[in-house]
Amino acid sequence: MDIFLIIAGAALVTFVPRVLPLMLLSRINLPDWGMRWLNYVPIAVMSALIAEELFIQDGELSLLASNMEWIAALPTFWVAIRTRSLLGSVIAGILSLMLLRFFF
Amino acid sequence: MKLETAGLEPHAAPQNEDSFLKGVKDCLPTLLGYLSIGFAAGVVEKTAGLTIAEIAMMSIILYAGSAQFIASGMIAAGSSAASIVITILFVNLRHLLLSAALSPYFRHLTPLRNMLVGSLLTDETFGVAIHKSASRRNISEKWMHGLNIAAYLNWIIANLAGAFLGQWITSPERFGLDFALPAMFIGLLVMAVQSRKKYAIDIAVGLIAVLIAVGVSLLWSPSMGVITATLVAATCGMGIEKWK
Repeated sequence: MDIFLIIAGAALVTFVPRVLPLMLLSRINLPDWGMRWLNYVPIAVMSALIAEELFIQDGELSLLASNMEWIAALPTFWVAIRTRSLLGSVIAGILSLMLLRFFF
Repeated sequence: MKLETAGLEPHAAPQNEDSFLKGVKDCLPTLLGYLSIGFAAGVVEKTAGLTIAEIAMMSIILYAGSAQFIASGMIAAGSSAASIVITILFVNLRHLLLSAALSPYFRHLTPLRNMLVGSLLTDETFGVAIHKSASRRNISEKWMHGLNIAAYLNWIIANLAGAFLGQWITSPERFGLDFALPAMFIGLLVMAVQSRKKYAIDIAVGLIAVLIAVGVSLLWSPSMGVITATLVAATCGMGIEKWK
């Protein structure tokens, strides 16, 4: 039941941002500062999520060599910058971490 | 190439006439990406303890890769429902921008029909659609539905395939599959920064977000870390832009 509610809630907060601008923007315009603030949300949220994925493990800071995720992030960034491809980045990341875990 | 086609088919659709099937065809180049990310999401969801029915429901009504990874990770970690939903809200706020950017090309439709167009909007279908918009004043509704629905069905199939195979994959870590999510975020971040060409401010905003996320996660909780970092760093970006 709880999981059902989480999925339904998540679906709702995903649905609204998807459809609202398309439905309304032909009629009204967002204030300028609102658009500018929204412009930085993707950068901020992605950076925060990446940082948590790479540096936090079980609520502790993990910068050690035993945590290989941040090392795998380096080739992932490189491939992302070079290819500008979501698929390329994902494959580079998965392969890097798989190889790192295999060898170390 | 374009001129040639126009010459051969003089009566072929001045604008607005791209068919549903053309939309499906234009979706094909993105299918491999959907398949692999959707497959990884299905495996991660399954190993996080979700049932096949929950995974199906997620891919059908949520239909957002990053949100599905986050939901399964946070459910497995025992986070509260509210913090999961708020984190997903922030992650998917970027859709506001995608939807807003497409809105000029769908002014010919009623709000209700625009709702249907937007309900299946993703990073990838946006990418294809905005590319299409470069040569048109309006985007065909049928074409957009073809594009969206092809991507949608492909995603659901990939998710369920991952979920079924996930039953036999006991440790997705061994294959690096748990890294699909951070890698996807890295891809989305890099593409966002590269398309905006505001490198200095964007990098500053990113670094602020990293510091706050790590700090708040250590002192408080990881889900609050993402929320706080997003609010503060986006506001900083707006401030820097204004005072520069």
